[in-house]
Amino acid sequence: MSTAVAETAEIVVKKSEPLFSKKNKKLITNPLDIDNPITVQVLGVCSALAVTTQMKPAIVMAIALTVVTASSNVLISFLRNTIPSRIRIIVQLAIVSLWVIMVDQLLKAYVYDLWKQLSVYVGLIITNCIVMGRLEAFAMGNKPGPSLLDGLGNGFGYGMILLIVGFFRELLGGGAIFGFKVFDSLGLHYQGNGLMLLPAGACFIVGIVIWVQRSLNGYRETH
Amino acid sequence: MKFLRNQLDKVKHNFEKGQKWEKYYYAYEALDTFMFAPNTTNDVKGAQIRDAIDLKRLMMTVIIAMLPCLLFGVWNVGHQHFLAIGQASATLGDKLWIGAIQVVPIIIISYGVGLGIEFIFATLRRHPVNEGFLVTGMLIPLVMPPDIPLWQVGVATAFAVIIGKEAFGGTGMNVVNIALTARAFLYFAYPTDISGNVWTYLGDGQVVAGYSGATPLSIAADAATTGTNVLTSLNSFGSVWHEGVYTFSNLFMGLRPGSIGETSTLMCLIGAFVLVASGAGSWKIIVSVFSGAYAMGLLLNLIGGNAFMEMPAYYHLVIGGLAFGAVFMATDPVTASQTERGKWIYGLLIGLFTVLIRVFNPAYPEGIMLAILLMNVFAPLIDYFVVSANKKRRLQRATV
Repeated sequence: MSTAVAETAEIVVKKSEPLFSKKNKKLITNPLDIDNPITVQVLGVCSALAVTTQMKPAIVMAIALTVVTASSNVLISFLRNTIPSRIRIIVQLAIVSLWVIMVDQLLKAYVYDLWKQLSVYVGLIITNCIVMGRLEAFAMGNKPGPSLLDGLGNGFGYGMILLIVGFFRELLGGGAIFGFKVFDSLGLHYQGNGLMLLPAGACFIVGIVIWVQRSLNGYRETH
Repeated sequence: MKFLRNQLDKVKHNFEKGQKWEKYYYAYEALDTFMFAPNTTNDVKGAQIRDAIDLKRLMMTVIIAMLPCLLFGVWNVGHQHFLAIGQASATLGDKLWIGAIQVVPIIIISYGVGLGIEFIFATLRRHPVNEGFLVTGMLIPLVMPPDIPLWQVGVATAFAVIIGKEAFGGTGMNVVNIALTARAFLYFAYPTDISGNVWTYLGDGQVVAGYSGATPLSIAADAATTGTNVLTSLNSFGSVWHEGVYTFSNLFMGLRPGSIGETSTLMCLIGAFVLVASGAGSWKIIVSVFSGAYAMGLLLNLIGGNAFMEMPAYYHLVIGGLAFGAVFMATDPVTASQTERGKWIYGLLIGLFTVLIRVFNPAYPEGIMLAILLMNVFAPLIDYFVVSANKKRRLQRATV
C-alpha cells in the first residue's frame, strides 16, 4: 500500500500545479471542519455509532477507512477516463472491495482481537457512504493527486469524529481511555454510565459535537 | 424584605445597558422578578385587556395539582420504610420526617441544577429566564426512587435540560417530556439504581424477616413465568411480615413502594381534577390514556396465554406509574398532540403501548415512561394526519 501512495505522489509532483497548493490544502482541512463527512454531510454514521464504544477499535476503524478512501480515490482517479459511465458504480465497488479485503486481511493477520471486535464493520466499509461519495463526487472528476488528498482529508475528518466520540464513550461509559482506567488510577470510584455504551449514547455525543462545531464556525444548512 | 429590595436596587445600575455587567442582565432580572413582583405597568394609552393566566400562573397551577402526590409520596416513603423494618406502628410525624429527609434533598438538587442551567443559557442567549422549569423540577423528584443517589439526580437533570430542552431551543420547543427524559437517562445509564428492588428506602434499619421489595409489576411479571395466578400472588404478598400489602384498595390508595410520587392513583386523580378544573391539562388525554390501557388489558384477557395477560384489566390502572404518567406527563401541553381528535389518538396509544410493554417486554417492567416518550415523538405526526384529514373532508364538501 505504501508503494502505491509513493508512486502517485511522484506522478503528481510532475504536474504543473503543486500538490500542496492553497486549493489542495483545502481538500485536507475542509473535511475537518465545514465539510466534515459525519457532522455536516451526515455520512458513515452507522459505523460511527457501532465501533466507538472504545478508543482502540475507533482508531483502527479510522485508519482503515482513511486507507480505503485514499487508495480507492487514487485508483478510480487514474481510471476515471476509461470507466464507462453506465457501469461506473460496479467498477467503483470492485475497486473499493479490493482495498477493503486487503485491509480486512491485514487486520486479521496482525490485530486479530481488534478485528474480531470490529466484526462486520470493516467489511461494511465497502458500502460506506463516505467512500462511495468521495469516488462519485471527487475522484471521477479530478486528478490522482488531489484525489489522494481528498481521500485522506475525508478519512481524517471521519477519524476525528470517531476519536472524539470514542473518547467520551470510553471515558464516561467505562471510566477509561485506551483501556487505561483513569478514575481508578486517581483513586476515585467511577460508576460507568450505561447509556454511553449504547448506540444512543454515541448519537448524543455526535449531536453535541455538531452543536459545538456549528456554534463555533457559524455553519448553517442552506435551504 | 426591604433590605433585599434595597440591595437589588443598589446593584441594578451595574446590569443596565453599557454598564460592566450588562451581559448578566437577564440573570439579574430573573432573580429580581423571582423575588418581587415587577412594578412595570402598561402605558396609559392602548389596549389594557389582559388574561391573568400566563406561563407562570399555568406552571403554579400544575405545581398545586402535584402537591397531593408530593405530600402523600413523602409520607409513603416513610411508611414503606417503617413497614420494611417491621415498625408499622411508627407515628405520622416519624414517617413524614423520614420521608422528608429522603425527598427534600432530591427536590433541592433537581431545582438547583435545572435552574442553574436555565440561568446560564438565558445569559448566553440573551433572553429572560423562563418559568418552564418550575414544573419539570418538581416532576423529576416525583418519578425517582426514594433512595436514588443525589449525584445521579443532578446528572440526569442536567442531561434532560441541556439535551431535552436547550438543544431544541428552550422552553416550549422540546420534543419529548423533559422529566421523563431525565428518568429515561437514569434508566439506561445507571439501571441498577432505578430498577429491581430499589423502591423502598431501607436506611440502616434491619429488614423484617420474610421482607421482599418486589413491586406489583415484578410480581405480575414473575407470575407470567411461573404460571401462578396474579391476583393470588398479589393478595398473599407480604403475608409473612405485613398482611395485605398489595390488595386492590391498597394499590389504589398507593400504600406500596414505588417512585416517590407515582404510587397513589387516588392522589393522581385529585391532581387530575385540579388540572382539568383549571384548564391546565386536557381531560381527553387523561381519559384516553386510562381507557387505552384498560382496553388493551381487556383484549389481553380475551386472548389469554399467560398469568400476566389474564390479570384483570383494571389492575393495570392502579399498578406502576400509569396514573401519574397519564395525569402529569402525557398532558404536558408542549409535547402532546395539539388537535382535539389527535389528543384522543395520542392518549389511547399511550395506554395501549404501556400495557403492551408491561406484559410482553421482560426487560422493561414498567411501560408508561417509554410509551409516553414514544408518543411524544409521534404527536406531531398525529396532528399532521388529523389536520390533513380535516382538509380533505372539507374539500370534498366544497363545490369548486
